[in-house]
Amino acid sequence: MNKKTGSADFFGRLWKLFASVRLTVVILLSLAVTSIIGTIIPQNERPEAYLNEYGEFLYRILSAFDIFDMYHSWWFQFLLLALTVNVVVCSINRSSSLLKIIFVKKPFFDVSKFRSLSDKEEFTDSRSPEDLKRIYAPIVSRSFGYRRIEETDNGFCVFAEKGRWTRIGVYTVHFSVILLLIGGLMGSIFGFKGFVNIPEGKTINSIRLSNTGKAQDLNFNIRCDNFNIKFYDSGAPSEYRSTLTILEQGKSVLTRDIIVNDPLRYKGINIFQSTYGELPPREITLSFKNRITGMNYKKKVSFGQQFNLPEDAGQFVVKGYRDSYNFGGHNLGKTFMGILTPNNGSPVHVIIPVRFPVFDRMRKGNQVVSVVDYDHRYYTGLQVTRDPGVLVVYSGFVIMIIGCFITFFMSHQRLCVEISRSGKNNRVMVAGTANKNKLGMQTRIKKIVKSLSKC
Amino acid sequence: MNSSNLLSIVTFIYGIAAFLYIVSWVFKKQLPGRIATWIAIIAVVGNTGGIALRWIESYRLGIGHAPLSNMYESLVFFAWTIGVIYLVVEQTYKNRIIGAFATPLAFMAIAYASLSPNINDRIQPLIPALKSNWLIAHVVTCFIGYAGFAIAFAVSLIYLFSQRKTGSKTGLFSHFPDAGILDELTYQMVTLGFLFLTIGIITGAVWANSAWGSYWSWDPKETWSLITWFVYATLLHARMMRGWEGKKIAYLSIIGFLAVMFTYFGVNLLPGLHSYGQG
Ligand code: HEM
Repeated sequence: MNKKTGSADFFGRLWKLFASVRLTVVILLSLAVTSIIGTIIPQNERPEAYLNEYGEFLYRILSAFDIFDMYHSWWFQFLLLALTVNVVVCSINRSSSLLKIIFVKKPFFDVSKFRSLSDKEEFTDSRSPEDLKRIYAPIVSRSFGYRRIEETDNGFCVFAEKGRWTRIGVYTVHFSVILLLIGGLMGSIFGFKGFVNIPEGKTINSIRLSNTGKAQDLNFNIRCDNFNIKFYDSGAPSEYRSTLTILEQGKSVLTRDIIVNDPLRYKGINIFQSTYGELPPREITLSFKNRITGMNYKKKVSFGQQFNLPEDAGQFVVKGYRDSYNFGGHNLGKTFMGILTPNNGSPVHVIIPVRFPVFDRMRKGNQVVSVVDYDHRYYTGLQVTRDPGVLVVYSGFVIMIIGCFITFFMSHQRLCVEISRSGKNNRVMVAGTANKNKLGMQTRIKKIVKSLSKC
Repeated sequence: MNSSNLLSIVTFIYGIAAFLYIVSWVFKKQLPGRIATWIAIIAVVGNTGGIALRWIESYRLGIGHAPLSNMYESLVFFAWTIGVIYLVVEQTYKNRIIGAFATPLAFMAIAYASLSPNINDRIQPLIPALKSNWLIAHVVTCFIGYAGFAIAFAVSLIYLFSQRKTGSKTGLFSHFPDAGILDELTYQMVTLGFLFLTIGIITGAVWANSAWGSYWSWDPKETWSLITWFVYATLLHARMMRGWEGKKIAYLSIIGFLAVMFTYFGVNLLPGLHSYGQG
């Protein structure tokens, strides 16, 4: 018995805790403060990098608290969970009084409350009460959805209100917060995020996951038909474009171009243009300039295949290619490497940077070798994701925006126009309340007074 | 005249307006205030013209895009939103003291853009990741939000000044609007800011999702915008707790604006991806 009431008491106190806005403030502030940590300490780097930076001891402490992946740590998730519980409990707690307010048949108006408002307006009108009733009622109706007239001892009251439903605005905001958390959770449980590089012309059927590095099979194949970059005149890239084909059981079912900001979505899987790179070329056009005869020869050659130089000058083979080549502290950029074997000498290494055609003069050989052109072969780097929570999150987004708008900029407004006889005249009092934007309500009252007293 | 020159002149005009607002406040004179309003209007019109001109220029260069793509352009737009919102507030509340705090913010934003050697005012072509209509929606809404917070910040400063018990009635603070109105105004500007920051974060998330496949990746800029959002959500809720009126709300609004500033400037000092804000 005792135990039961004890636990009920405990439950009651817990409920009360989670129904309080004070807890909300605490949680929101904690989220704000702790979130800073992860912006100062880079997240998800390799352990060695952290060990280097912080030393063994600090590293152990920090990793015990999951600081290196803090947004997925148990304690951060706990804060988010607490926020969710807080919102849910708070909403349930208030729902009954909210429903009562919203779904009341005949709203209750208390004249004396309106009378005691400090910013009420008063004036006198000499027409008969019946006339006033006829004139005032439609004017009030013009801007208020609900209106009712009640007789009083020495006159009558016009009560009106609008925007009763806007009181749910806050609850839609809170509901949207819950949707976001649920959507995010769905994404992290049922979704994945990975990447894959596909050379032009090649096909893949699995990708590598970003977080674990494991392979993830797709239920279809992706072929990269083509990759293209466009540049501005300044040399900055303006567009990365991949032509992709989706294949099911060897048959192509869909071909489309993707560019950054315009992904391909297929069977719940999203394929994004992310990076690109250059593959070693297969065909290179070289120029050989004979320094003695001054003759210039162009020759298209295959990578790795030895061939005879013109004028019987020996043999040449392109053996290597690098995206960047460091020469005495300078980066030469894309560079080929070859071996020249003169007919009557020993082989020499030749460095042929694409951007510097006269570089090979430094070797002081008989031949100056330079690159005229080569076939650009790219691979496209794709980000591949699946996130079944996105739809939930996006609905949360929409609801949150609408909810915030309702909450901040619309209000439940109540109006009372009291007409009471005093001597030959009628005293008219106009007063109103709003649950938001009280200053706006004051202006509104002034406007109503103007239109009432004018007609 | 090109847009950069025009905007440099606008900077100067904002400076004059700010100066006159301050003069009007310190010496309690009406005339400089009235002139300040007109000059502020001229500054905002010129600011509008500068943005439009820059837009046109980018099309003449053949790389046409809305002028919202780098630090310079976003600061110019920031000044514009502060100017516009301030003028609306001035009209609504018929009070120019707020101008002595708000227009200097607009001036500082545009002056930093025009004068800082770290900020490049050339019109640059868009890199592929920035070619998205979501970018425009994102930047516009974020900066409307920031401007709302900036004015809330100004009003909170005034509130704190006016609450100081400076025994002597020397009077710098005697002409302040009623504390209740300041409190209400802070709240209204925070709600405006909160709505637009919310939309700004959301459009940013949608953009990120269309560009690289995840709507949220906890990069420092994103995280700082969320921190800012948490601070203002705290403020909105704290208002509903007893005893959290006036001063405490004003402090929270100031902390919130510092978070805004950090999201905007400070994050570039941290490691991260959000590169378009630089230079
Ligand atoms: C990130 C999460 C949250 C957001 C974005 C949020 C947003 C809001 C907003 C915008 C308001 C309106 C404030 C105003 O009118 O000035 C509000 C009010 C409120 N919130 Fe939250 N809220 C959140 C979490 C919570 C939680 C966890 C609780 C739990 C107790 C809560 C309880 C309340 C209450 C009781 C109100 C006042 C409702 C009323 O006016 O009747 N909120 N919230």
